[in-house]
Amino acid sequence: MSLERLDPEMVEFDVRTDEMLINMGPQHPSTHGVLRLLLRTDGEVVTDVTPHIGYLHRCAEKIGENVTARQWIPYTDRMDYLAAMNMNLGWSLVVEKLLGREVTERTRHVRVLVSELNRIANHLVAVAAYGLDLGNFTPYAWTFREREKILDLFEEVCGARLTCSYIVPGGITGDFPAGWLDRCETFLQEFEPIIDQFHSLLTNSAIFIRRTGGIGVLSPEMAIDYGCTGPVLRGSGVKWDVRRDGDPWYTRMYEDYEFEVIAEIDGKYPQDQEYPPVPEAVVLGDSWHRYYVRMLEVVQSMRLIRQAMEFYRQTDPQWSDPIKVTEKLPKGQVYLETEAPKGQMGFMVIGDGTAKPWRARARSSSFCNLSVVAELCRGGLIADVPAVVGSLDLVLGEIDR
Amino acid sequence: MAKFFIEYLDSLSIPILPEWIVHALVYLIVGLVQCGVLLAIVMVSVAVFTWMERKIAGRIQDRLGPTRTGGRFGWLQPLADGIKLWTKEDLVPKNADGLLFRVAPYIAFCASFTVFLALPFSDGWVAQNLNVAAFFVLAVAGLEIFGTILGGYGSGSKWSLFGAMREAAQVVSYEVPLGLCVLIPVMIAGSMNLVTIGNIQAGLFTNWLIFHDPCTFITFFVYGTCAVASVNRAPFDLAEAESELVAGFMTEYSGFRWSIFFMAEYGSMLAVSALATTLFLGGWNGPVPVTELLGWTEAAGAHPVLVQLGNLLGAANFLCKTYIGVTVMIWARWSLPRLRIDQVMTTCLKYCLPIAAAMLVGATLWLYAFPGGMILKQRLPDVSSQVPSDSCGTKTGDG
Amino acid sequence: METQAIIDKLREKFAAEIVGSDLETFDPWVEITPGSVPQVAQFLRDDPQLRFDLLHCVTGVDYFEPDEKKAAKVDWEPHVEVIYHLSSMAQRHRLVLKVTLPRWKDDTPGQLPEVPTVSHLWNTANWHEREVFDLSGVRFVGHPDPRRMLCPEDWVGHPLRKDYEMPTEYHGIRAR
Repeated sequence: MSLERLDPEMVEFDVRTDEMLINMGPQHPSTHGVLRLLLRTDGEVVTDVTPHIGYLHRCAEKIGENVTARQWIPYTDRMDYLAAMNMNLGWSLVVEKLLGREVTERTRHVRVLVSELNRIANHLVAVAAYGLDLGNFTPYAWTFREREKILDLFEEVCGARLTCSYIVPGGITGDFPAGWLDRCETFLQEFEPIIDQFHSLLTNSAIFIRRTGGIGVLSPEMAIDYGCTGPVLRGSGVKWDVRRDGDPWYTRMYEDYEFEVIAEIDGKYPQDQEYPPVPEAVVLGDSWHRYYVRMLEVVQSMRLIRQAMEFYRQTDPQWSDPIKVTEKLPKGQVYLETEAPKGQMGFMVIGDGTAKPWRARARSSSFCNLSVVAELCRGGLIADVPAVVGSLDLVLGEIDR
Repeated sequence: MAKFFIEYLDSLSIPILPEWIVHALVYLIVGLVQCGVLLAIVMVSVAVFTWMERKIAGRIQDRLGPTRTGGRFGWLQPLADGIKLWTKEDLVPKNADGLLFRVAPYIAFCASFTVFLALPFSDGWVAQNLNVAAFFVLAVAGLEIFGTILGGYGSGSKWSLFGAMREAAQVVSYEVPLGLCVLIPVMIAGSMNLVTIGNIQAGLFTNWLIFHDPCTFITFFVYGTCAVASVNRAPFDLAEAESELVAGFMTEYSGFRWSIFFMAEYGSMLAVSALATTLFLGGWNGPVPVTELLGWTEAAGAHPVLVQLGNLLGAANFLCKTYIGVTVMIWARWSLPRLRIDQVMTTCLKYCLPIAAAMLVGATLWLYAFPGGMILKQRLPDVSSQVPSDSCGTKTGDG
Repeated sequence: METQAIIDKLREKFAAEIVGSDLETFDPWVEITPGSVPQVAQFLRDDPQLRFDLLHCVTGVDYFEPDEKKAAKVDWEPHVEVIYHLSSMAQRHRLVLKVTLPRWKDDTPGQLPEVPTVSHLWNTANWHEREVFDLSGVRFVGHPDPRRMLCPEDWVGHPLRKDYEMPTEYHGIRAR
């Protein structure tokens, strides 16, 4: 077959004269990378959406079969490059479960701290990009300013800003540098009042509510049917968080921690903090709720970080050693899902007695979240497509792997 | 100005050339000078606006904006931008309609520039003192849409076509409430001559038409909304909504042609803002009538130089208010998300249009109820007699 | 519900279809015959006590050792495994469903093994099955949209097969 062969979708003969097939992407400002959405439009109305993915496909799973478990950590960074810590954590936990390794208390609290910090960073990007998708540039600058501070903290911890490779199977690569916790505390203190500014820019903005309220309504049944997880699922009013409801191997990492799972139950969000009220024009499960859940989760993550810092100070400085690069994996297969910022990120490892996994599998949360996009966009306007895609918070590195 | 020179030359009566050639030459030269002056004002304003846009956006977004090009405040940044854009490769897509694609930016720019022909910058400082100036401004400003539509259609790109169609729908709709809003000051002044409209607002700032009655006050904001929409600025910038339509009708444009479109957009911003100043914010009349208090008016028998100095003050005043209007537009752009196309049309047809119509009726009734019109009127003594009663002003343009 | 109870319930209904199970390992699994996948899956999803409403993941694993020396040591016959990770939000339990397929249908290289689709039961399966087809080379019979997911439409081969050879060239682009 040759490249001259036209895309089968493009030569469809059932396109009516008043319809138009438009490629949104792979080069398009609001598709968050290299997503290609083939829109069938009737004027401004989108009658069908076909996502085409794979432009960033690197077959990371095949690479995973050819490197050892420890060596695959940098590849997990590059899946969801906006939440590298959480990706490292997912793979580390699954390998540890296969090896039967447990980490010390202090390592556990460090892991909670950095992964929650990264969750804030990720949600900030999600909010920023969502603002951009709706034509508001200013949240982007504001949230990125705050995110830079988090990345600075990461840089001090592990030398890298984006691709951290900090959490590795067996432990972490190093302790916090001196004074780091104080700087982290300073960041939290500075960041706390700024959240209100984001709320005033977007959450309560009449135009923002008009653009997102009632757009892309995802019912809880449909969300579960499509395997949507994370803020997308919770935005539909399902109180489900793997940090609380998941595999014990993962949930015990959050033992002794107090946090709320953010979801609207009976028309109410948890009222443990001061949150702006839910406007009347929005419907449960729409884009606005998905955005709102993220904003509220940021506050919960800050709570978790504060607790983690407290626990860190209380525990003995005992560290668990990372596994050797050539550590042999026992026979067996383990699948474990962790609550990455974008949803449930599942990793599976099949050991065959050698250092290299027989099979390394990454179940991407964005992959499932994206699969629902056609249902959400159908019947809307072209302007609603970015409003829906942005609210799903996709990262193509993770979808294409 | 032309008449002045012609009278001067006639009075000299030097028989070098036939009279008609002299007259034609004088008209030509004067026209070119006026054109150059206007172009300079527009271009400088566009440069200032781009710089302002960057600086204001920077400050709103907690950054500095340009700081290096041309000294501390980066005030040469527009020039650097211009050089960059003008030296870029001239690209015409293969599928584009070459002629339409090439000609569209100039149509847009010409339309946006021609508006300034009829806009008075100060009392009598206008290139062509048309007695239907308000109508002319609206009509010509509406022509800019042709550039957009042709550009979008000629690009041969679906995104461009979408942008052009959106712009067509939006601008045509918003012309209606915009026209109604302009009608109200015209009705109060009893003239479509912008110089006349400016002159009846002389005196304290309470004489400005925005403070004429409650209806005009509301009308001003309706006009503001419609003006922002008709020049395609956020939150109504749907024609070039980059997160939806890549760049709308400008998707395929780059370099020089793009910069022409860009200048047309900023020129229109200046135009609608200047029109708002003339119609509602007293034009060249400051909050306090300084020139009148100083006696620098023709009526007070001041020296012509002083009169022109007073006019210069007026022009500065006028540009100041216009720039404030543009600043508000920039401010809105960087704080608000974009509306959706159906919401834009709803805003126009369900809110702006009925309100504007109601205000027109309200202003009419107000004029009927208070024939003097301005209940807040606080004219200084012996100034009111200077307001020209002639509705079709015949003052010679003085570019 | 305990995993043992789930499997007992399954055995009651589909005694003939259950090939094997392991409850002692990390993720307890049940292996069923390929043909019975839709029926078993439907039962797992709809039974009020089971209610497996969430399909996490569909994975294809190729068991094949290209190296002959190593192949002599392994304790399995070459085959392809399709693994379904299921869980129930309502009942808070989980289960792993496995299907073993031959590497090639009718032992003819190039003929992809077949298993019925479950995409009509869980929409998650729609894209995941496309991905498994694309990367591991398993044909899901009855899939509504059986196109490749991540690789280009005209890609040859299934990269996650152990004997997969990366092409040296793709449309004039050097690939390795």
